[in-house]
Amino acid sequence: MRNVAIVSFAQLPSVRVSHATDEAELVQPVTSQAMNQVGINQDDIGFTCSGSTDYLPGRPFSFVAAVDGLKAWPPIRESHVEMDGAFALYEAWVRLLHGDIDTALVFSFGKCSLAPVPDVLNLQNDPYYVQPLGLDSISAAALQAQALIDSGKATERDFAEVAVRNRKNALANPNAQIKGNFSVDELLKEPYLSSPLRKSFCPPLSDSAAAIVLAAGDAAKKLTKRPAWIRGIDHRTEPHSLGQRDLTSSPSAKLAAEKAGVGDGKVDLAELHAPFAHQELILREALGLADDVSINPSGGALAANSLMTAGLIRFGEAASHVLAGKADRAVAHTTNGVCLQHNLIAVLEGE
Amino acid sequence: MSDFLSAPYVLEYTYTRSTGPVIARFLESLRYGVLEGVKTADGRVLCPPLEYDEAGTATTGEFVQLRPAGTVKSWTWVPKPRKGHPLDRPFAFALIQIDGTDNAMVHLVDAEKPKRMKTGMRVRVRWAEERNGTIRDIACFEPVLPYLPGPVHLQYDVRPGQHYTAFLKGLEEGKLIGGCDPQSGKVYVPPRAADPVTGDPTSEYVEVADTGVLTTFTIIRIPFEGQKLKPPYCFGAIVLDGADMPIYHLISGVPYDQIRMGMRVKAKWKPREQWETSLENILYFEPTGEPDAPFESYEEHL
Amino acid sequence: MAEQCAVIGIGQTKHRESRRDVSMPGLIRIAALQALEDADMAFEDVDAIVIGTAPDMFEGIMMPELFLADALGAAGKPIFRVHTAGSVGGSTAVVASHLVQAGVHEKVLTVAFEKQSESNAMWALSPAIPFQPQLVAGAGGYFAPLMRSYIRRADAHPDTGCMVAVKDRAHGMLNPYAHLHLDQSLEEVKAAPMLWDPIRYSETCPSSDGAVAMVLVDDKHAKRVKNPAWVRGTSVRTERTFFAGRDQVNPRAGQQCAKDVYDQAGITNPLSEIDCAEIYVPFSWFEPMWLENLGFAEEGLGWKMTMEGQTKLGANMPINMSGGVMCTNPIGASGMLRFAEAARQVRGTADKHQVDGAKVAVGHAYGGGSQFFAMWIVSSER
Repeated sequence: MRNVAIVSFAQLPSVRVSHATDEAELVQPVTSQAMNQVGINQDDIGFTCSGSTDYLPGRPFSFVAAVDGLKAWPPIRESHVEMDGAFALYEAWVRLLHGDIDTALVFSFGKCSLAPVPDVLNLQNDPYYVQPLGLDSISAAALQAQALIDSGKATERDFAEVAVRNRKNALANPNAQIKGNFSVDELLKEPYLSSPLRKSFCPPLSDSAAAIVLAAGDAAKKLTKRPAWIRGIDHRTEPHSLGQRDLTSSPSAKLAAEKAGVGDGKVDLAELHAPFAHQELILREALGLADDVSINPSGGALAANSLMTAGLIRFGEAASHVLAGKADRAVAHTTNGVCLQHNLIAVLEGE
Repeated sequence: MSDFLSAPYVLEYTYTRSTGPVIARFLESLRYGVLEGVKTADGRVLCPPLEYDEAGTATTGEFVQLRPAGTVKSWTWVPKPRKGHPLDRPFAFALIQIDGTDNAMVHLVDAEKPKRMKTGMRVRVRWAEERNGTIRDIACFEPVLPYLPGPVHLQYDVRPGQHYTAFLKGLEEGKLIGGCDPQSGKVYVPPRAADPVTGDPTSEYVEVADTGVLTTFTIIRIPFEGQKLKPPYCFGAIVLDGADMPIYHLISGVPYDQIRMGMRVKAKWKPREQWETSLENILYFEPTGEPDAPFESYEEHL
Repeated sequence: MAEQCAVIGIGQTKHRESRRDVSMPGLIRIAALQALEDADMAFEDVDAIVIGTAPDMFEGIMMPELFLADALGAAGKPIFRVHTAGSVGGSTAVVASHLVQAGVHEKVLTVAFEKQSESNAMWALSPAIPFQPQLVAGAGGYFAPLMRSYIRRADAHPDTGCMVAVKDRAHGMLNPYAHLHLDQSLEEVKAAPMLWDPIRYSETCPSSDGAVAMVLVDDKHAKRVKNPAWVRGTSVRTERTFFAGRDQVNPRAGQQCAKDVYDQAGITNPLSEIDCAEIYVPFSWFEPMWLENLGFAEEGLGWKMTMEGQTKLGANMPINMSGGVMCTNPIGASGMLRFAEAARQVRGTADKHQVDGAKVAVGHAYGGGSQFFAMWIVSSER
């Protein structure tokens, strides 16, 4: 199997409302930046793949408009997934394994500011038994958080500690939206949105876009000094029905981590896509991460959460540490669906 | 005057019906929205319940509660309801075998149209709003549909991007704004986040004319949901003078069978006081009367 | 490429305007279980699932693969969702084949579906959005001007579109899974009302509920069946909807996509080396346009092939043996139905619409404003 690496990463700062941008205007600058970083342009790209959802703008085929942010002449090899951009990266990785092309451009974009996101996400639920009840994303996650408390695996204080650490980490991230030095006691005084979740245990809503360039073998080495090699990558799903899952654990993340080889070496840092604070605890256990692993140095999804992009940003953030020589082995994770139904995990390594 | 004598006559009377133990119990249960059947000596269940079965053997007096749903065994469509019919719109009379029973009940099925009726179809009881212990406490049966309504209602904001905003603001002032990336020199209407050939934004804004060439078109003759105009009407691609790609709009002001490829057209604007930030400020494009453009001059835009 | 990929199982539903008799999971299970049975496999034998469907707004379920995971036995497995507009059924199969060819998985189940009757396609495709020009043209309004451009450029016989409709509907009569079973004469087709001049009602596709599934495997597992369809080439191409000087009638992206798959399969003369093709023809006039775009005819001469009857079953270049999109159109599945029919032909399992001795077949799909293309070539030979 060919070796494939992340060679560059660009993102737009996550903001609550990006006023003057449509899809194409989010995509154009961020894809250009990612390619410029390694001195190439669209003509040098063998395959382009993006991730997004029609339900953020509320418009069918919204990704077609995003193609208007690209140089697409001569015609390009291109594909799109109705999933987080990290899954587009997965498709591009598969495509590069073929051997006929050496580079791929991956991007995603998400404007949460247009949509009633918690209600939109109810549309991921079973249309017969759950959707009609209006189970919003916060309440769904809250059912999981309460189950975690009831099982004795975590307390509300643990959730608050996760939130405090992530937002403190975000102070060092110019692209994060919510950051600061908060105290655990302060957060525990916030009212519940859906118990036991308080506002700070939930992700912000962000507008952003991100792009990554992948390259294979020698091409990767030509483009950058220290590529972030994808040593293992895998994704797994769980049954859909919340009532047929143990919400306090994530067998799909555990399995994906095993397949990706997370436990095969020392992990320096992990970027976990845990939109809700308690989900970081579940993921940490599922991935078997040691206590000394730096979790979400970027501040994670609790500091910036552009739907469909937050997962790709985890991959970009993890890769950045490897590209910069600040980490030798990093784990990137992305989730999809209600209560961590579907999980994608990669191990990124320097030389 | 007819040779034959005739006069109206009404036979009308309200009887007092003794119900006996079995029927009384059944009807009393209906009052509470409960459907019951009675067991026969040989272990069958009858609904509606009777004191004896078809062979004359007494039923047991043992009642069983039933699911208020069943299967149509036979039916007839009544397109014009009569005065005494419980429903005043077309309906079906049907023989309905209630689940768990061995006979069938005569009742109505409110199905809207005969197409929805089928022997073997599933139906459920629709209870009358006011119940008083008669068989009409069952208002009728209704089809059990294999689908259910799934309403979605989501409130979004829409914010056009900066390039499209420039185009819309132009329309507000009666101008058609295009954009150009100087590297390519091609003018796009509306301006784009990226020129398809260079990948850079078409940030140099230029005003293009409201006249141009109709390159190709269709005559729309089909009525469809949400349509604003009455067919037939024309919808076509227009390359505006000063632009390098077509926009799509309505073509009018000329009998539709005289519309041609290559026809020179001009925007017909709404009265100024009605202008908004919308391409609908232009009602349609109409012929200018100039000679048609030669095919070769617009062939590359097809 | 690490591995060869073969299709060893194919399943589809009976397509109808409305499959009210089955739930959405029920619909896809019909196709998936049939494909698995054909491959002599069960859900537990599947390594990964790739699912494709057109906009989520058709069914009102966001990322339906999450909800449908259980129905496909996906728990504990990778499930992947592709969406590339009308070409999605094709690109989904392409992604599935790549998973096998790249050596990531050995046995992949791929499924595409649409249950259009859950909503109203016109509503789902054309919501009234502020600042956007309101709906004035309807479904065929964008494509009809292209037909007019084609007719003018090629000086095509005006009956060409009707001939395609007669031919595809005749083919559809042979396909028990097809939605429309219409025995129509040229006179009947021509007499149908004009909707979007030059497109008549009889020259448009229906709107269907349906699903299709395929099992794709590597060399090792291809032995499970005696007649695998080997994937000899796959390609996707995209260009933008509008740009200066764009040839919308004969888009470059389609030409390049075709050239790419032919090169991979070692085909230099598609007309003589390919036995039959299933191509995406939602409006009848697209047949002559795509014949030229895909290199089966010289530019400007595609309509002659159709008029001469060369694209009928039994003739030298049968096109849309299943009846094609003109008979069956569950949008998200339509592209994969084309790919699956190509595979059925080279496996020799196309029953009454089998092309005798078909060895090499093309599956083709397109989407958007003739801008997203996906193709594959399958062969009975490895």
